[in-house]
Amino acid sequence: MNREKSVMELSFDSYPENEQFARTAVAAFLMDLNPTLDDLEDVKTAVSEAVTNALIHGYEKLPEGSGRVQLRGEKAGRVVTVEISDQGKGIENIAQAMEPFFTTRPDMDRSGLGFSFMEEFMDEVHITSEVGRGTKVTLRKAL
Amino acid sequence: MEFSYNKQNGSLKICMPPELDECSVKDMRSDADLLIDTYQVRHLIFDFSNTVFMDSSGVGMLIGRCKQMHYRTGTSKAIHVNDRVRKIFRLSGLEHMIAIEEEEEDHE
Repeated sequence: MNREKSVMELSFDSYPENEQFARTAVAAFLMDLNPTLDDLEDVKTAVSEAVTNALIHGYEKLPEGSGRVQLRGEKAGRVVTVEISDQGKGIENIAQAMEPFFTTRPDMDRSGLGFSFMEEFMDEVHITSEVGRGTKVTLRKAL
Repeated sequence: MEFSYNKQNGSLKICMPPELDECSVKDMRSDADLLIDTYQVRHLIFDFSNTVFMDSSGVGMLIGRCKQMHYRTGTSKAIHVNDRVRKIFRLSGLEHMIAIEEEEEDHE
């Protein structure tokens, strides 16, 4: 069913297991568009990267589960847009954060590929962030 | 974490979970390092038979363990790698760090 527009919104606590919940919820939201398995996995991976960033960077200083992540999905025809927002510490230097292999947490075995994967798997990636206020990542892909 | 150790050739096989993300790799890092240390592992084998999802947190964990093996002049390899995991290996450059063992029935 290709409706002109269809929206879903979720809000969840910043627990690690909610990464899986978030990407699975987005996948379920897209099911009626009959995406290819590869496209679906691409979107799931990008969502997982954004949610992971919110949890381990945005809410780095908070105890597990004490932050909130908002997820908004929109289908417009076959174009899907997913927004992932947090009210965490924000990103000081977005250009640097998006460089492949850049990570602020090399001690944690981070690959520094989160944003690279989002860009690889989606058609468009937008980031707005304010230090001390939070970050919003917008992902878009035509299925 | 599921694993099996082969004393004969000093190889440790780690069964990767179905969904390899930050949540599932969190404890694997230290658990795997402890095993590598304890058994003085020479060959590390990542078995992806059950894995259907993997993101960059999985990549980070693999790079970390691969480096561990490099320091001890041991080897790392991945087995039973499906198309999705292979794509992540290719895009991340992991394929240049960890050998993927090809399977007989792969050529179709």
